[in-house]
Amino acid sequence: MTLLEFRDVHVTYTGSRGRVPAVRGVDLALEAGQVLGVAGESGCGKSTLAMAVLRLLPKSAEVSGEILLDGEDLLTMGWGRLRAVRWTGASIVFQGAMHSLNAVQRIGRQVAEPMLVHDKDLSAAKAAKRAEALLERVGLPPSRARSFPHELSGGQRQRVMIAMALACDPDLIIADEATTALDVMVQAQVLQLISGLVKERGVGLVMISHDLSVLSATCDTAAVMYAGKVVEQGPAHEVFARARHPYSAALGAAFPVIGDPASRRNPGGLAGDPPDPGRLPEGCSFRPRCAVAVERCGEASPELLEVEGARLSACFVAQEGEPVVLG
Amino acid sequence: MSSDKVLTARGLRVEFGLPGGRVARAVDGVDLDVAPGEIVALAGESGCGKTTLARTLLGLERATGGEVAFGNVPLGRSTKALKAYRRQVQLVLQDPSGALNPRHTVYDAVAEGLRIHGITDDEPGRVAEALSRAGLRPPERFFLAYPHELSGGQRQRVVIAGALVLEPSILVADEPVASLDASVRGEILSLLLRLKEDAGLGALVITHDLGLAWSIADRIAIMYLGRIVEQGPVEQVLTEPRHPYTRALVSVLPDSPVAEPVVLAGELPDASRIPGGCRFRPRCQEVAAGNALKVLDQCEGVDPAVLGPDAEPHLVACHLDRALRDPARMSG
Repeated sequence: MTLLEFRDVHVTYTGSRGRVPAVRGVDLALEAGQVLGVAGESGCGKSTLAMAVLRLLPKSAEVSGEILLDGEDLLTMGWGRLRAVRWTGASIVFQGAMHSLNAVQRIGRQVAEPMLVHDKDLSAAKAAKRAEALLERVGLPPSRARSFPHELSGGQRQRVMIAMALACDPDLIIADEATTALDVMVQAQVLQLISGLVKERGVGLVMISHDLSVLSATCDTAAVMYAGKVVEQGPAHEVFARARHPYSAALGAAFPVIGDPASRRNPGGLAGDPPDPGRLPEGCSFRPRCAVAVERCGEASPELLEVEGARLSACFVAQEGEPVVLG
Repeated sequence: MSSDKVLTARGLRVEFGLPGGRVARAVDGVDLDVAPGEIVALAGESGCGKTTLARTLLGLERATGGEVAFGNVPLGRSTKALKAYRRQVQLVLQDPSGALNPRHTVYDAVAEGLRIHGITDDEPGRVAEALSRAGLRPPERFFLAYPHELSGGQRQRVVIAGALVLEPSILVADEPVASLDASVRGEILSLLLRLKEDAGLGALVITHDLGLAWSIADRIAIMYLGRIVEQGPVEQVLTEPRHPYTRALVSVLPDSPVAEPVVLAGELPDASRIPGGCRFRPRCQEVAAGNALKVLDQCEGVDPAVLGPDAEPHLVACHLDRALRDPARMSG
């Protein structure tokens, strides 16, 4: 059975500026043992989508559609059931999560806490043992359980957060920019660790990042989001190497491939800013920044349709089979 | 290339005393040149000393050994000398939101440098010129804007305009795009490249992102534990890295030109406990794989010398690399 499924998910915030649609109809699915990457700029709705899974959004957010975890809708389940699903069914590692550790509590105690909350029969001593084993799994010496967060480096703290996310053996892990603030080598260590867990334990992983090149190297499938919608979806490496939406192409070009002469002394980018979600343009929301837009793009908003094989694109130009990059 | 506007560091050392009498050698012998019209990337992991090196190059940190000079004139310690120096060498900070005072307009933020340096003629003209060079056009439209009214990319441009207004020869930029979105990143990097090409500005860009170096830099220096371990033209260093540390860094990038990814275990050691011999040896994948047996006594006992200005543009501080290039030493 599909591990995680988003069915026509909408999230709308209501604030001083009225109703702001942050996520506008997302359909995505993830099988156990697979990695799904979600890419996009800040404000595209990717973190809102992640938070919606465990219902961590503020009260002002209105969520509709269905989010199924093992066939069970997370959006309608009772709070008691939801509490059980958090940590044991699915867990999240946030961006900069290392700042969310309790500064005055030892690491081991913090890793053991979710286990103790979810398993009333577990003794504190056993939980402490398991916490040490988890720290070892993420590449930290078990003696680190006695340390306080300030005694650890940023990379080590981020590993502690991953150990916590694993504490209750979840089936699904959501990593929201979990490695963005880390150095290249530490990022490689953490990514290696996470991919190892996916292979060895068959957990499902959703990786959210603004860096399409990292996703292409670690994910099976990638979805690119723009202004609250998925605009392109397909095998991760294909989406990065041969984008079928002009936005994915620009996002991919922002991170050069070392050794590729085309990107040498030629920083890629994309002029302009993402649209204000409260005032989206008519037609395709990417049109004002798009170099290949045609007349039709101003009139109607393109649906996410199959353009070839397993590739989906919400771009009229790509759907006509035309190239999405100039030149 | 005239040497009268080159920023140079020779044998530069910066040490910090720690509690318990230990000494952290944050910068431990660095030779580096940045000339107008070239972009030099200084890359390394957090804690390798790259930000301390940048601060020392700007006279914000006092060197405990060696020397910083601009145009062959050593950097003095007096306020007056530092002020004159900073007209030529300007800092661009990371995190534009933190670098701008939220209660100052764009005009005041950019004009601040002029006021500090007592430049009073044609202030509006100079501010407008700096803003438009930083790509904020028409500049007058931005004069009265406050930072919160600008996008992240525009804020970073204001910070760059604040550095450009004094018409410096060299910019030192610490992680200029680290906090920016993918699309804005390209915009700011293009701006740095254009300033170099059109105005002959030199820049030292400090970053942990090797892709950035590939996008804009002419030369790159790789720093490990206070020391530059490899430097040279970007094409050579990044596509055919010779130091094992550089090879490991390049190998873990997506679509890397180095075939087998090498994920180093552990983290950068503490700068107060720099290993003897080659400082990279305890983490070196070549030593671990037994590929360096013939030079192992050197790796353990001899600190590879500080990379100096040399006839050869591509320099590597590694005993194994030296032995492989000079096989006579390998057979002994």
